[in-house]
Amino acid sequence: MSELKAELAAGPESRTALPSVVIRFAGDSGDGIQITGSRFTDTTALAGNDLATFPDFPAEIRAPVGTTFGVSAFQINFGARHIETHGDDPNVLVALNPAALKVNINRLKKGGSIIVDTGSFNSRNLKKAGYDENPLEDGSLSDYNILEVDISRHVLESVKDFGLSQKEGLRCKNFWVLGLVYWIYGRDRTDTVNWLKAKFAKRPEIAEANIAALNAGHVYGEAAELSDSIGLFSVAPAEMKKGLYRTVTGAEALAWGLVAGSELAGLDIFFGSYPITPASPILHSLAKLKQFGVQTFQAEDEIAAICSAIGASYAGALGITSSSGPGIALKGEAIGLAISTELPLVIVNSQRAGPSTGMPTKTEQSDLYQAVYGRNGDAPLAVVAAHGPGDCFEAAIEACRIATKYMTPVMLLTDGYIGNAAEPWLIPSMKDREPFKVTHETNPEDFHPFDRDEKTLARKWAIPGTPGLEHRIGGIEKEDGAGHISYDPANHQRMTDLRRDKILNIANDIPKAKPEQGPETGDLAVVGWGSTFGPISRAVANKLSENKSVAHIHIRHLWPFPANLEELLKGYKKVIVPEMNDGQLKTVLRDQYLLDAIPVTKVTGQPFKISEIEAAIDAALES
Amino acid sequence: MNVIAPKDKMKPADFASDQEVRWCPGCGDYAILKAVQRTLPDLDTPKENYVFVSGIGCSSRFPYYMSTYGFHTIHGRAPAFATGIKLANPELDVWMVTGDGDGFSIGGNHMLHALRRNADMQILLCNNEIYGLTKGQYSPTSETGLKTPSSPTGSVESPLKPCVFALGSGGHFIARGYDTQKTLPEILKRAHAHKGTSLVEILQNCIVYNDAVFDNVLARDVASDRQLHLVHGEPMIFGKDSDKGIRFNPLTFSLEVVTLGQDGITESDLLVHDETNKSLASLIAEMGGDDFPTAFGVIYCNPAATYDENMTKQVEQAKAYDPEPSLDALLRQGHTWEV
Repeated sequence: MSELKAELAAGPESRTALPSVVIRFAGDSGDGIQITGSRFTDTTALAGNDLATFPDFPAEIRAPVGTTFGVSAFQINFGARHIETHGDDPNVLVALNPAALKVNINRLKKGGSIIVDTGSFNSRNLKKAGYDENPLEDGSLSDYNILEVDISRHVLESVKDFGLSQKEGLRCKNFWVLGLVYWIYGRDRTDTVNWLKAKFAKRPEIAEANIAALNAGHVYGEAAELSDSIGLFSVAPAEMKKGLYRTVTGAEALAWGLVAGSELAGLDIFFGSYPITPASPILHSLAKLKQFGVQTFQAEDEIAAICSAIGASYAGALGITSSSGPGIALKGEAIGLAISTELPLVIVNSQRAGPSTGMPTKTEQSDLYQAVYGRNGDAPLAVVAAHGPGDCFEAAIEACRIATKYMTPVMLLTDGYIGNAAEPWLIPSMKDREPFKVTHETNPEDFHPFDRDEKTLARKWAIPGTPGLEHRIGGIEKEDGAGHISYDPANHQRMTDLRRDKILNIANDIPKAKPEQGPETGDLAVVGWGSTFGPISRAVANKLSENKSVAHIHIRHLWPFPANLEELLKGYKKVIVPEMNDGQLKTVLRDQYLLDAIPVTKVTGQPFKISEIEAAIDAALES
Repeated sequence: MNVIAPKDKMKPADFASDQEVRWCPGCGDYAILKAVQRTLPDLDTPKENYVFVSGIGCSSRFPYYMSTYGFHTIHGRAPAFATGIKLANPELDVWMVTGDGDGFSIGGNHMLHALRRNADMQILLCNNEIYGLTKGQYSPTSETGLKTPSSPTGSVESPLKPCVFALGSGGHFIARGYDTQKTLPEILKRAHAHKGTSLVEILQNCIVYNDAVFDNVLARDVASDRQLHLVHGEPMIFGKDSDKGIRFNPLTFSLEVVTLGQDGITESDLLVHDETNKSLASLIAEMGGDDFPTAFGVIYCNPAATYDENMTKQVEQAKAYDPEPSLDALLRQGHTWEV
């Protein structure tokens, strides 16, 4: 253990030990806020804290500098205890310009600290941010501790020996601030220095300038007696399950989970996709994994993306397509074809705020109706949702398993929040996994393309290139078994029933629903799905510690539901359903079980706060 | 040593499925189906490797009538399915069958990108200049002024020319034929031999909604004066008496029809077909109408690297670099720490 770590663990007098801290870095989208946040994340993880992050950035690539709509932010919650969310209200706000202050000040906890770059608080920037007066001077920030530093000037001073232009020099501002924050929380700079050296291996002067800025920020903290202004703190390592960890974003974990799923199925991946926020990082991750037999196809549009994936599945690969809500809408007709031809397909939906284009960089979970109901005809498929960054790995494997075992499209739901957020992840081992090896049909004896496995009702997967199995499939209704075109009324009824039963039958092949926390019967069940896992989990834990009779039930399989879900939910006097939409899971639960579930909805593009869910629990228990 | 007896050569009938063909009696698609069934036995592809992919429309019923593998997909999207099939298994011999509405209206975007990407497959475009299956509306290739249920006072759209479109999209093999053409299998064989995306426009008569639309080119009495059959390396001669030819006028930068023997014009004045010349192909593809014959045969053939080859190469290179990729190792790369 380094000296610093030892000092932190001992909790020196000069540092106040905290169980957890929430910091929000904010600045112009050109200030490198996301890089600052991810460096702080890695360093914090290496220090042994549990953590959760929330990158919150604008849709504009480079909005005009200094404006409020160009503000990019990164929030991290880290602690000496288990961390489930990125934290309700920040304790610390780093604001690199007036616009960043203006946009984020209302989130800051009363009594919290603000670090501002006074160098950017000139009349021009204040005006751009919409301030009539300088908030640093008009007393409007009297509720907070403010650390005013002319960061711009300090940065230029610290990098003056590297021959950079003023503009290039100022771009090191984020690392200067990072150095300062590292000092405040007693963090080691080594990891960040190594990262900079690797990142700018081809431009060492840039690496060195940023390292100089990082060190200068740190030295400034040492010299400035911060303990008197905003304080010095320590956050001890968290108790975590033993093993090897890394940080992971949902998009990375999902891509790796798909590769894991294809390995367990013994198939190559064909990934057809079209760029869309916030789904693109999955394409980017998979495009780097060709050595695993992954083909990525950047199609001309969403429809071509899914159609190419269905074609690949028809030819024997594991076809996967990925998009966000508007793109999934375009894929609708092709999804119906995959259902009708009974081909395996994984459809990843990285949900964002809607309707239509909605708010591309803001999160929501409002595509559940689209997933469960959103196609022409009676067109059932399986729906699976991930509940956090690391969990995306597990959800992806499960989607691959169901798709190949049941010869069906599976909708895999994630969202912008999970996709971009990072958390420490106990790295799984492939050797612990049960393979679900797929076999393609090869026996020409009495072969019919729509003959089914009696148990799973899945049809046989015969692929082109197999002698003697030549057959035709398509979207027109087909005769049960033979697969020939059929307009026979009774046959259409039978095929519709079969397609429905095949999917409903999956309910018997998934884990039973059980509370994540709390009693198996009681006063209140808080039922969630997807990325609300974190805030619900913490809120229910808090209420359980107040001896309230409340349970948290989180649903991974949204269609079909686990076989025992109805029975479980009916064991509670009340059921509330917090979700980031206008009440979609609530509707599906009512539809399936005539259950009077109470919606708790939020559609602001921002994840739930723990306090909001606690308030909903209190209200439900008291009413 | 065992000697493997040569397999009996397949016959056209071996490629007919057991399904009853349900095109209208007299439909040009019958002839195209027969031409394809006559073509396949002469190719060295095992029967199980043929895949016929189609979209929606009369001609897109084609796969059901072939005893090969077939996928009848959705409107306009057959190029995307075909691309996915070819990439997932490059051994397969992929044939796409489409119509003018399917391929160039709802599927125009996919057609453009399929031609540009150049995956190895054949695209048979059955062009009857009308929507058949939806009962006779004008299509993107219909002549301006065509009266149909959706254009009762005459279509005001200008027609799309598939071969010109294909050249503009960066296609590397473009040919034209017609449904009852005896030599259609020869054109199909050329398309098949070409590595890359081959587009064959096949003028096809719709007996119900657009009957005789190509009569000014195909009718027996005018055929020889209205058709130019292209032969690579040969001068462009046509006409009942083989006395007409195509000449390039450098002053107007355009083609003109000339008569041999008139004004001292000899065969050496005529353009010689060079199917690798894209500029020439553009001029030939545009020909038709009242002033020019319509060109048949291989208009353009200029092979380039194919999409499936390049994709496969990248995957193979990645595998060569990392022959035993381990997901466990991948997950443990970069920043990790032990708790």
